[in-house]
Amino acid sequence: MITAERKPLEEIIACVAPFRKVLLVGCNECVTVCAAGGRKEVGLLASGLHMALLQQGKSVEIREHTLERQCDPEYVEELNSLIDGADAVLSMACGCGVQTIAGRYKDKPVFPAVNTKFMGASERQGVWAERCQGCGNCLLGQTGGICPIARCAKRLMNGPCGGSTKGSCEIDPDTDCAWQLIWDRLKALGLTENYVEMIPAKDWRTSIGNGPRKIIREDLAE
Amino acid sequence: MENFEPVIVAFCCHYCAYTAADMAGTQRLTYPSNVKIIRVPCSCKVDALHLVKAFEKGADGVYVAGCLKGDCHFNNGNDRAASRVAYVKKYLEELGIESERLAMFRMSAGMGFQFAQTAKDMTEKIRELGPSPINVAKAQLKGEAA
Ligand code: SF4
Ligand code: SF4
Repeated sequence: MITAERKPLEEIIACVAPFRKVLLVGCNECVTVCAAGGRKEVGLLASGLHMALLQQGKSVEIREHTLERQCDPEYVEELNSLIDGADAVLSMACGCGVQTIAGRYKDKPVFPAVNTKFMGASERQGVWAERCQGCGNCLLGQTGGICPIARCAKRLMNGPCGGSTKGSCEIDPDTDCAWQLIWDRLKALGLTENYVEMIPAKDWRTSIGNGPRKIIREDLAE
Repeated sequence: MENFEPVIVAFCCHYCAYTAADMAGTQRLTYPSNVKIIRVPCSCKVDALHLVKAFEKGADGVYVAGCLKGDCHFNNGNDRAASRVAYVKKYLEELGIESERLAMFRMSAGMGFQFAQTAKDMTEKIRELGPSPINVAKAQLKGEAA
């Protein structure tokens, strides 16, 4: 999922304070799962903003609405009946959702209420960790299902650096060394020959190195 | 504000604090009528939204009362409630409400005296803190409008 965290209230207040009517829009997908921008967080933020602004002697009307998926134009259409009544939109979705709204309603200022962080997985209740950087050419088959791009601080492709210590990365003892994890898993799988095989220098053009990427499925595209 | 009577909302778990409130009644122990009790099936039923909304709607103080450590009827609901209260306290500070206005207490069903004492202590504490900044702001706004 895409993970996010709410921005500091002060920063959000600075964005919405100049407006009288704000449409606060959540998303039912990733940001709901990572408890950053779902229906509940929309409620909490609306309530917090009311109270914080009230103390500043300001009153901003906040309308709450949570979409099924904010990065899908189909669902964003749902806002048509609400958008005219708003001077600005405050979005609690990831950056993709914010941009979908900005693209649809060109005359409305849109502000992000969350900082989008990374593509991650849930490690346990309330803990999410980075797992993939969308490099566009997945290596997990060679690396025992552990990503050296998302999980090694130096994105090393062929074994650990000299800083790998007792399973931890040199940047932080609480961060696992990705290459230790890879080695342990390859050993457990009886696939240590994968480790010996050189992974060639990565071609970053499949990643962000070649500019913004797009997927076009001819069979689906209209 | 000399005649300030705080409004305090107490979310009480059915299995402990709510029964303790009953016990306090049976024992003829008095506690301040400022405390408005809301019975919940477990302290962890209380969502962050309930706590924040209580302040928005005019509470000067709020507390959650759950079972003693290790005694939750649903395993660890009381610990979850405690973490949630701690999380909301930080949020309250962020939006300009003193975090002491929100608290978590633990007691068993038999602790009628502790229930009454907690209600008294919390009422006194909030009395000292004065009306919540939200109620002050609302009153100011009303004054200006009048
Ligand atoms: S190798 Fe690339 S696609 Fe595969 S998990 Fe890592 S970053 Fe993601
Ligand atoms: S210690 Fe391991 S994870 Fe950290 S930078 Fe070195 S190889 Fe990468």
